[in-house]
Amino acid sequence: MSIKFKNVDYVYAPGTPFQTQGLSNISFEIKDGSFVAIAGHTGSGKSTLMQHFDGLLLPSKGSITIANQTITVDTPNKVLKEIRKKVGLVFQFPENQLFEETVLKDVMFGSLNFGFSEEKAKEQAIRWIEKVGLPEETMSKSPFELSGGQMRRVAIAGVMAYEPDILCLDEPAAGLDPEGQKQIFDIFKNYQKLGHTVILISHNMDDISKYADDMLVLEQGHMIKHASPKEVFSDADWVKKHYLDEPAPSKLARSLQKVGFHFSSMPLTVESLVEEISKELRAKGGN
Amino acid sequence: MSKIIIGRYIPGDSIIYKMDPRGKIIATFLFIVIIFLANNWLSYLFLSIFTLLAVWATKLKPKVFWDGVKPLIWLILFTSVLQLFFTTGGKIYWHWGILNISEYGIQNSIFIFIRFVMIILISTVLTLTTTSLEIADGMEWILKPLGYLKVPVAQIALVMSIALRFVPILLDQAVRIMNAQRARGADFNSGGLIKRIHSIIPILIPLFIGSLTIAIDLATAMEARGYREGAKRTRYRVLKWSKYDWINLGYFTLLTLILLLTRTY
Repeated sequence: MSIKFKNVDYVYAPGTPFQTQGLSNISFEIKDGSFVAIAGHTGSGKSTLMQHFDGLLLPSKGSITIANQTITVDTPNKVLKEIRKKVGLVFQFPENQLFEETVLKDVMFGSLNFGFSEEKAKEQAIRWIEKVGLPEETMSKSPFELSGGQMRRVAIAGVMAYEPDILCLDEPAAGLDPEGQKQIFDIFKNYQKLGHTVILISHNMDDISKYADDMLVLEQGHMIKHASPKEVFSDADWVKKHYLDEPAPSKLARSLQKVGFHFSSMPLTVESLVEEISKELRAKGGN
Repeated sequence: MSKIIIGRYIPGDSIIYKMDPRGKIIATFLFIVIIFLANNWLSYLFLSIFTLLAVWATKLKPKVFWDGVKPLIWLILFTSVLQLFFTTGGKIYWHWGILNISEYGIQNSIFIFIRFVMIILISTVLTLTTTSLEIADGMEWILKPLGYLKVPVAQIALVMSIALRFVPILLDQAVRIMNAQRARGADFNSGGLIKRIHSIIPILIPLFIGSLTIAIDLATAMEARGYREGAKRTRYRVLKWSKYDWINLGYFTLLTLILLLTRTY
C-alpha cells in the first residue's frame, strides 16, 4: 500500500504565540513493500511526520494518500480509525504505553479495538509474543514485572499483532543491547519480506544503510533528500554538510581509500566492506 | 491544553515582566481587597481605568486576556443576573412575584460584573507575565513568617515548584500516551459514559506509573546532588527588588487612595 504526501504543511499551535512550523511543503511517494528510513536531527520533524502516517496529526495544508484513503485537515475520525488499522505505529519508548494486567491482554488490546474476534486476537498475540523473542511464560505475567528490554518487545508485539500493512517505527531499538537490537531489526526486515511496508526513524546510519532501501532526510521541517541510502552516502560532502554521520563501514573504507585502496562502489555494510577488501587484496597479489 | 490557568505564561519583555514576583503577588492580593472599596460609579471608573492600564502595560494581545475571561463568562453573567432580579431599592421598573428590576438592581449587577472582570484581568496579568516557578519563589518568600510557627515553608515551596514544574511534563506525557493508545485503535470520544470512563484506563495507568518513575528518579537525582531535608540552601534564582516594584506598589497604593477618596460613605 503506497503512501503519497502532497505539499504537506504542519503548523503547531496555530494562532498562539507558540506557533511553530512543524513541516513545510513535504511531497514524496513511498513504494509498496519498501523499507524506508527517515533521518534527520532532533527537532527536524521526523516524529511529526511519523504521526501523519497514522492520522494522529492532520496536515494543516496539503493532502496525504494512504491505503486508498485521503487525509486532509478535515478527515473524519471514522476514516482515521480505518487507516490506523492498516498503519501500525510504534512510538519512541513504547514501553510507556503498557497498561494491562497481563502481557497477553496488552498485546491483544490493539487487535480487539480494530474489531478482531477474541480468538483471533489471542492467536495473533501468542504468535507475535513468540516472534519478538519473549519466553512463553511471560504471557501471563504483568508487563510491569518485566525488564525494560522485554517491555519494549511486548509493546512492539502489541502493534505487530494486528499485522498492519504499514509498520512505522520511531527509534525502536534505542536503549536495547546490541544483540537485542539486531534481533529486533531482523524481525522488522522479515516483516518487510512478507510484503509489508516498513518505515523507520533512526539516528543510526549503520542501521539505515543495513536495512533500508529508501531514505528521506529532513532538516528543520523540510525534506532535503529522498534517495536510496547508497546514493545518499555516496556523496560524502553532502552528508558532512548536513551534519549527518556516515555508516561506520563507509568511514573505514574512506580512510582505506586514502592509503591507496580502491573501491568499485562505496560499501555501506560490513559484509560488502569485507568483500571489497578481499577483492582488493586478491588483486594485489593473492596472499 | 491552553485553557489551563497554571503555566499560561507568555514570554515578553514589557515593564510588567521586569517586576519581582513578590511585588506582583502582593499587588494582586491588595487589588482583590481594595476592589471592595469601590461602591459608586466614579470609584468603579477609576478601578477600571487602573486595571486596563495594567493590562495595556503588559503589551500582550487583548485576545489572550479575553481567553482568560471567556471560561468564566457564564458564571459572571449568572451572578449579575441574580443581582439584577433580586436587589430591591430605588425606583422599581418591573415587578413579577419575587422578581423585580430596580434602580439599585441594575447598578449592582453592573458593579458585580465589573468587579468580576477586573479581578480576572488582574490575576491574568500575574499569570501571563510570571512563570510558575517565579510565583512559587514569590509565595515562598511571602509565607516565610510561618516558619516561626514551625511550618516547613522551604519544603512546601519545594514541593510546590516541583509540582508546577511537572505540570507541562505530565501533560506532554499524557498526550503521548493518548496518541500511542489511539494508534492502537483506542477511541476516547465515542460511546456512552461507562464506555468513556473505561477508555481512560489505558491512559491513566501508564501515566500513573510514569509519574511514579519520574518521582523516584528525581528523588535519587536530588539526593545524589546533595539535597538533604532541612539543610540550609542557597538559591539559584535570586529575587531582586527593583525600582519597577516600587512603581508597581506605588501604583496600587495610589489606586487605594483614590478609591478611599471617591467612594461614598
